[in-house]
Amino acid sequence: MKLITAIIRENKLDQVREALIGAEITRITVSRVSGHGQQVGEEIYRGAKLIPNLIPKMRLEIAVNDDFVDITVNTIIKAARTNSKGEVGDGKIFITALEECIRIRTGERGRSAI
Amino acid sequence: MKGQLKKNVIAVGLLLFLAAGSAMAADSVQVDTGTTAWMLTSTALVLLMVPGLAMFYGGLVRTKNVLGTMMHSFVAMGIMSVLWVLVGYSMSFGKNVMGGWFGWSRDYFLLRGIDETITPAGIPEYVFSMFQGKFAIITPALIAGAFAERVSFKGYIAFIALWGLLVYNPICHWVWASDGFLYNMGAKGAIDFAGGTVVHIASGVSGLIAALYLGSRRGYPRIAAAPANLVMTMIGAGLLWVGWFGFNAGSSVSSGLLTAQALTATQVAAAAGAMAWITIEALHQGKATALGFASGILAGLVAVTPAAGVVRPSGALALGIAASSICYIAIIVKNKLKYDDSLDAFGIHGIGGIVGSLLLTFFIRRSWMQAAVEAAGGSWTIWQQFGVQAVAVATAIAYSAVVTLVIIFLVNKFVGFRASTEAEMQGLDHYYHGEQGYGMLNPR
Repeated sequence: MKLITAIIRENKLDQVREALIGAEITRITVSRVSGHGQQVGEEIYRGAKLIPNLIPKMRLEIAVNDDFVDITVNTIIKAARTNSKGEVGDGKIFITALEECIRIRTGERGRSAI
Repeated sequence: MKGQLKKNVIAVGLLLFLAAGSAMAADSVQVDTGTTAWMLTSTALVLLMVPGLAMFYGGLVRTKNVLGTMMHSFVAMGIMSVLWVLVGYSMSFGKNVMGGWFGWSRDYFLLRGIDETITPAGIPEYVFSMFQGKFAIITPALIAGAFAERVSFKGYIAFIALWGLLVYNPICHWVWASDGFLYNMGAKGAIDFAGGTVVHIASGVSGLIAALYLGSRRGYPRIAAAPANLVMTMIGAGLLWVGWFGFNAGSSVSSGLLTAQALTATQVAAAAGAMAWITIEALHQGKATALGFASGILAGLVAVTPAAGVVRPSGALALGIAASSICYIAIIVKNKLKYDDSLDAFGIHGIGGIVGSLLLTFFIRRSWMQAAVEAAGGSWTIWQQFGVQAVAVATAIAYSAVVTLVIIFLVNKFVGFRASTEAEMQGLDHYYHGEQGYGMLNPR
């Protein structure tokens, strides 16, 4: 089991969600975050180096069984890119190992709980 | 020489007399400071309703569309004010032209002739013009509720500009200009105290046409009922209620008894509408919602808008309850028919305006009816007045529907009105304004 965390542009949320649902990945958590990466370089303002401003993004967290990792990642990449080439700021995907997944309602654990 | 001197004295004397005469004529209508003060306040109150509407609608849409939705109200404040001063006031309150389709007076173009005019009511004509102009602003902003979350900004501006010129100004002229045909129909004209037909029926019906023509939002009906910020909606509802005192009581264009009667009727109808709505809601689906309370306020206020100056509190109570009941059912019907009048522009403003304009006939105060009987030369019945009301309502419905359809067709074809799929998915805020509305509110 893996936990896929994707940081994407704010205005790409609906496209990514629709694409995931189209690929039958329907269980996701969405939160709003701020961050910065390569998108804004170091700024110099009146001679002082500054930390750049935080940029709003959306974070998606999706727990998947191992065999669904590739389809999820590819769907997200395709839908979250600004255009076919992609732009700086399109985001990142992190894949972490998921130790356990439990459904609260039934107490199921493991593959079937995802 | 003596004859010439006499002629000169007479000539000078005549000139002085004429000068004195015209000076007297200019002073003969004094500014009534009390009335003017109230009308200035009313003007400001009605304008306050527009940001109030922006908040009301803004809170009901998804997070990605809040600024775009609020901009629909705000940009109306801009474009409609400019058009009003240019041609709107003249088209609405000028003398009949084009067979009475609308009005025109050269003095009203850019308000150039009224810089010092005081109306017979004792208020500067600027005040009257500005007061009426606020109605011209809020009416198209109401329509935006019907096609929320799915129109382009540029197309919207084009639409409301044309709508104001071709729908609002004519209907306003027919109902409120002294030579308008609805103003003069029957014994004492069609009763529309503050805009049941001019504002609510016109905007509601136009909204319905727009919602049907432009089609539903992507993902409707699944995405319906996703208000991201009901707190803002409630604040908006409160501002609308208070602002409505300017809307209704200010429409008395006086500061006296009629004003008081209109204010009272307004208050009672709003409260009755709100209580009726949440009672029905609690009985029908178990809980009284905040949005239901706000909707009931609006239904009551919309219904009393045409009636504020002619009904007593008992009548206002009845109108509020009737409007909430019928609007509640109208929304259920809308959900069953599955058309996307997103924020119930027709369900509340259209239906509420129709209910109010017709039902008020049965609650007209006696003194008004007596005056009507005298004006008609001896006889005027409730049913005759109902007939006049029905003509006014039918005219507003038919005219708004047809002209709006034509305008939408043209705007969509030549400017683009319906937002593209891409725009709808990205959200109006980002796609048309390059901005985001909410800070860290979780997406809805």
